[in-house]
Amino acid sequence: MVAHTAPAPHALAAHISVDGRPVTARAGEPLLDALRREGIHVPTLCHLAHLTPTGACRLCVVEVEGQRNLVPSCAFPVADGMVVLTHSQRAQRARKTIVELLLADHPDDCLYCVRAGNCDLATLAAELGVRERRYRGGGSERHVDASSPALLRDPAKCILCGRCVRVCEEVQGVGAIDFIGRGCHTEVGTAFQQGLNLSTCISCGQCINVCPTGALREVSHLKPVTDALGDPRRVAVVQHAPSISVTLAETLGLAPEVDAAGVLNAVLRRLGFTYVFDTSFAADLTIMEEASELVQRITSGGALPMMTSCSPGWVAWVEQEAPDFIPNLSSCKSPQQMLGAVIKRVWAERHGRLPDEVFSVAIMPCTAKKAEAARPEMAPDGVPDVDAVLTTRELLRLIKLRGLDVTRIAPEPADSPFGERSGAGKLFGVTGGVAEAALRTAYAFITGSELPAAEITELRGLDEVKELHVKIGELSLGVAVVNGLKNARPLLEAVRAGRRPDLTFIEVMTCPGGCIAGGGQPLGADLDAVRARMRALYAIDAGAELRRSHDNPQVRALYDEVLGAPLGAMSHRLLHTAYAPR
Amino acid sequence: MVATHDPSELDPIVARYPDRRREHLIPLLQEVQDHCGYLSHDAMITVASALGLPVSKVYGVATFYNQFRFEPRGKVHCQVCRGTACHVKGSAHVLDTLERSLGVSAGHTGKDGVYSVEVVACMGACGLAPVVTINDTVHALVTPDGAKRLARVAAKQEAHRDDD
Amino acid sequence: MTTEPAAAGQRRPAAAPDHTLASFVTEVLADPSTHDRPALRRLRRENVTRPTFLIGAGTCGLGAGARDTRDAIYAFLYTHHLEADVVEVGCVGLCSAEPLVDIQLPGRTRLSFGPVRPGDVAELVDAVLWGTVPTDARLLGQHTQPGLIPWDGVPRLADHPFFAAQTRWVLESCGLSDPERLDEYLARGGYRALAKALREHTPEGVCDMVLRAGLRGRGGGGFPTGRKWELARAAEGTQKYLICNADEGDPGAFMDRAVIEGDPHRLVEGMIIAAYAIGATKAYVYIRAEYPLAITRLKKALAQAEAAGILGDDVLGSGVSLHIAIKQGAGAFVCGEETALIHSIMGRRGMPRPRPPFPVTSGLFDKPTVINNVETLANLPTLVGRGPEAFAAVGTEGSAGTKVFALSGDVVRTGLVEVAMGTSVRDIVFTVGGGVPHGKGFKAAQMGGPSGGCIPAQHLDIAVDYASLQEVGAMMGSGGLVVMDEDTCMVDVARFFMDFIQRESCGKCIPCREGTRRMLEILDRITQSRRDETGSDALKRFRRVMYLERLAEVIKETSLCGLGQSAPNPVLSALRWFRDEYEVHVFERRCPAHVCKELLTYTIDPERCRGCGLCAKECPTGAIIGERKKPYTIRVDMCIGCGNCLTACRLDAVQAA
Repeated sequence: MVAHTAPAPHALAAHISVDGRPVTARAGEPLLDALRREGIHVPTLCHLAHLTPTGACRLCVVEVEGQRNLVPSCAFPVADGMVVLTHSQRAQRARKTIVELLLADHPDDCLYCVRAGNCDLATLAAELGVRERRYRGGGSERHVDASSPALLRDPAKCILCGRCVRVCEEVQGVGAIDFIGRGCHTEVGTAFQQGLNLSTCISCGQCINVCPTGALREVSHLKPVTDALGDPRRVAVVQHAPSISVTLAETLGLAPEVDAAGVLNAVLRRLGFTYVFDTSFAADLTIMEEASELVQRITSGGALPMMTSCSPGWVAWVEQEAPDFIPNLSSCKSPQQMLGAVIKRVWAERHGRLPDEVFSVAIMPCTAKKAEAARPEMAPDGVPDVDAVLTTRELLRLIKLRGLDVTRIAPEPADSPFGERSGAGKLFGVTGGVAEAALRTAYAFITGSELPAAEITELRGLDEVKELHVKIGELSLGVAVVNGLKNARPLLEAVRAGRRPDLTFIEVMTCPGGCIAGGGQPLGADLDAVRARMRALYAIDAGAELRRSHDNPQVRALYDEVLGAPLGAMSHRLLHTAYAPR
Repeated sequence: MVATHDPSELDPIVARYPDRRREHLIPLLQEVQDHCGYLSHDAMITVASALGLPVSKVYGVATFYNQFRFEPRGKVHCQVCRGTACHVKGSAHVLDTLERSLGVSAGHTGKDGVYSVEVVACMGACGLAPVVTINDTVHALVTPDGAKRLARVAAKQEAHRDDD
Repeated sequence: MTTEPAAAGQRRPAAAPDHTLASFVTEVLADPSTHDRPALRRLRRENVTRPTFLIGAGTCGLGAGARDTRDAIYAFLYTHHLEADVVEVGCVGLCSAEPLVDIQLPGRTRLSFGPVRPGDVAELVDAVLWGTVPTDARLLGQHTQPGLIPWDGVPRLADHPFFAAQTRWVLESCGLSDPERLDEYLARGGYRALAKALREHTPEGVCDMVLRAGLRGRGGGGFPTGRKWELARAAEGTQKYLICNADEGDPGAFMDRAVIEGDPHRLVEGMIIAAYAIGATKAYVYIRAEYPLAITRLKKALAQAEAAGILGDDVLGSGVSLHIAIKQGAGAFVCGEETALIHSIMGRRGMPRPRPPFPVTSGLFDKPTVINNVETLANLPTLVGRGPEAFAAVGTEGSAGTKVFALSGDVVRTGLVEVAMGTSVRDIVFTVGGGVPHGKGFKAAQMGGPSGGCIPAQHLDIAVDYASLQEVGAMMGSGGLVVMDEDTCMVDVARFFMDFIQRESCGKCIPCREGTRRMLEILDRITQSRRDETGSDALKRFRRVMYLERLAEVIKETSLCGLGQSAPNPVLSALRWFRDEYEVHVFERRCPAHVCKELLTYTIDPERCRGCGLCAKECPTGAIIGERKKPYTIRVDMCIGCGNCLTACRLDAVQAA
């Protein structure tokens, strides 16, 4: 069961009757939680774990003795002696009618919908036996918003459950969207109903993960990718982010907590990519630069605390909402863009190719990466470093499209020279991982010796804010790790007000949990799934031969052959960037 | 009433709510609308930054309530009450006649900016239904033709005032 | 006698300097015997020293032209060099007789006239000043004032059918005193109940009194007020709030407006008593922005009360602290719902949230909050002043006290009516209201607005109390009572309410947002043109009417808040009592009341038509043909039934059947 349903220590046991059977629950807990624990499924469309129920969709209504009307189980507190009927004819009829009402003006293009096969609304309609359209009504004219480089909104498919609005505000603290208008003219929209590109949206995609229908989806890059895969003039190169192998394993039924990166490499080759690289390599590269930058800022002056820049949603947010902290952002590009630059500018040359003869694809757990790749500064001379970004969901679609049975594919190594990675690089996929990796390397840079224990447990886990204060050699480091963008604001305010002089390094990951729960990941993941992904990454790190980024021989080779030293001129040209208020 | 304004014009209004609490949002929007006649995008952005709220939230609140207008009201602003008593007494005809004769649909302002027509849920003068207000003056027991005449007279007066 | 009329009619300043006012308050409230002092008698106008004109200047009075009438009186006084007082008072409640003018001469009882138009003033005033009372329809009657010489042959106002059946508690002073003056309120016994509560009762005691009196919420739900207070008192937390709900959203109800406009201090007194009982130190009045006059008067009253030490950090020297702030609603019917109202005060979209937790335990800013409606609070001075037993003695067993109704629609006398609970609807409509005008037949009385239902003729004898009304599918609601005559189409009325509700639904929960829209669409189709209709359409229409009832049931059972749960009531009630009318619409495709425009057949009476061509000009489809100065005709096949020609014709030549 999810965290917020855990009883308060003083909660009293309540003996209730559910569908004629005695059930023991906790007094005051939401009835829905008690029902789910009992294995009774009451449908919901607006319910979100961890957030206070809004009671908007009314699908979870049940009969409670003594109540005149049906009550929403998500918001109704359990009381001792309660008599509940969850699937009475009355409740069933109400649920069915509600779904019929939603379908009355819902577009009929289910066959063509991105959510065909995994639409909550369609599933409910099937479960409740909706077989004819008894209510039919005119919906208002609503237009698709295709203005964002990462997200696509189709308000006609929106059922106004409000999950996206709440996630955007209550989890991410962005508030780019809200309910607009009233009554049947209510829509979910941005300020002044302008395009998402003009809003404060940071493209994190958390809204997609909670949307029950096809009203929100990523801007698909499948078409350019499949086109490029069939284009003999271009060589297709792909990189995959640290968390992809883990979610792939989970979704395709491979053994959990085993690194499926080898399988992923093989799959990507079968899909037609000529070269397969591991973004975790670039994560190691990032650590080399970022750890050096941190040490440099501490020793020779620079904006502190230094803040990570690998989560593009967070970077966009700082540029937009907290531009005074732009100097604090690490000037390092994200691993995706570092690898993109190295592929197009270094690797291509070695292979006798011009940058635009290489089609560089990134498989990412993230929608904001699409927006990041589209930033003009990420396309020197008009040639983008990364040509297309596929989310995990798009990759899964591609695998299905090509009819690959992943369970029968043998692992293969990634291509050299950007295929080797350390366990630290892999940790980039989880909250706290960047800080942990950076500390491992910074320790070595400062002291010349290795951290006694590689694991830094203080920075692990799903707590919203984690902190660690250490003394490395002469340097005192104060590290804060934040996940879930909403939690960044109070911390920044404290820094701004001068209340946190102790902090030298802040890691922020936009999505709660980090990339393992990113906006491009497979839908329907609950907290348990996120925990499992986190454990998988920790296990991969623990089992890795290389635990530290600076030990990665391919990274070292790249410095020896091309880059020189971290923060050198060549590094600056390829691996660093600049930010501006937006 | 002004049709356009520069943001600094709102400073004195905004300054009355220094503590950036969300409960000031609606009063602030009301004052801004009183001042400007409507809520422009710029005005809502100003309000949002004054209270430290996302603009979408300000827009969401503003579009929820009937009171807020997003285009300037006409020189002659007609409000037609559509309460129950007014309905029974034929306010639908009054509204229909006004819309047709003034060439303005309810909730909007004519292109020339002379007339705007608005529907009000109930003005609480049900005993004298149907009721229409023209530039905030209440007129009771109006007929469709009467309402049209009242609006035309008001427009002439406004035009007269402009000439002076 | 030469005085400037402006000076003669001028008001005295609203509030005297603070210390005088405060000491005046202290003195008046010190002991009950002060009530008979000459100064207070004068303020009550038990007698006047010079002619006094009292003009009903509520929103409805002003709408009916009270200002013009007042100016005509000024002009009369000026040209005749007369010295007199002209006072604007609140509304006495008889809207259909607006503008109302009372005239009181020194030593004589007060006379009431209405409607008095500017053109009537000279003749009327002249006559009265000469000692003759014109006994035409405008004469309403004379007040009963012992010690003054009554007018011969003038009926007592108390015997006027509009007033005779009323029990006026909440409206006690409306129309009698100047609402902008605290001293007049005090002179009429104002704030004595508050002083009594503070001095003689503990907060618990006040709560208990209200419970014993059996006062129930007058805003619609009818929840026992004392019980609500107890719950809030029992709730944890030191900061508690009181909110006065003055967001009178029911279209067709205006008693809250009239009470605030006519007697704002009564509400203030009630609020202080309530706040004292529940232990709230901060209170809000959530009032509709559509009521500018009420807001102005309430603001004045609050300022006066504060200046006089009745409100503030030390209420009447008792050590109790209360501050009242006004929050203007921004126009949303749903904000009458408690949690939506709270969201609105907090600067959010007025969308309700699930209850529990109820506002009494977690309301405004998550603190225990009591929300009472204006009329409920305005009852408190009477309740505390007369005592709970006297309060409970009026009304019925389960519904104590009085209820104010806003009587409007097709009825001779419209206005505000306060009757004892248990009075029959027939008495209100036919005795107080004078029945249906123009010899038309009574069809139904709509009660409770968009949440209520219709009472058909066969149930006219039903008593107005919470339980009885519910039995016939209506509800007390906030007190809107709209009378409908035989020319009213009940399908159209149901459509009207559905249209209102689907526009005013907050849009949060699915059954209310989508369901009310679908219900409206079904009603729309019933009342739409029969053109382009195929054979199976009638069947489809019929099936939809069947769905209508099922849909209504689900909306009632599953909606999030009271708005949605009661949204289908007007339709269900109309279906229950006027099913035949629906059936005629559905099967015969006609509207017996000739209201649903698209179901009518329009013809032009050649006898009446002069061939002006106005109708043809207004016809959007060019269905009207003819030659100038000769009778025009309507081509039925092209007519879409918009009804434009009907409104355009000045000669009543266009007929619809």
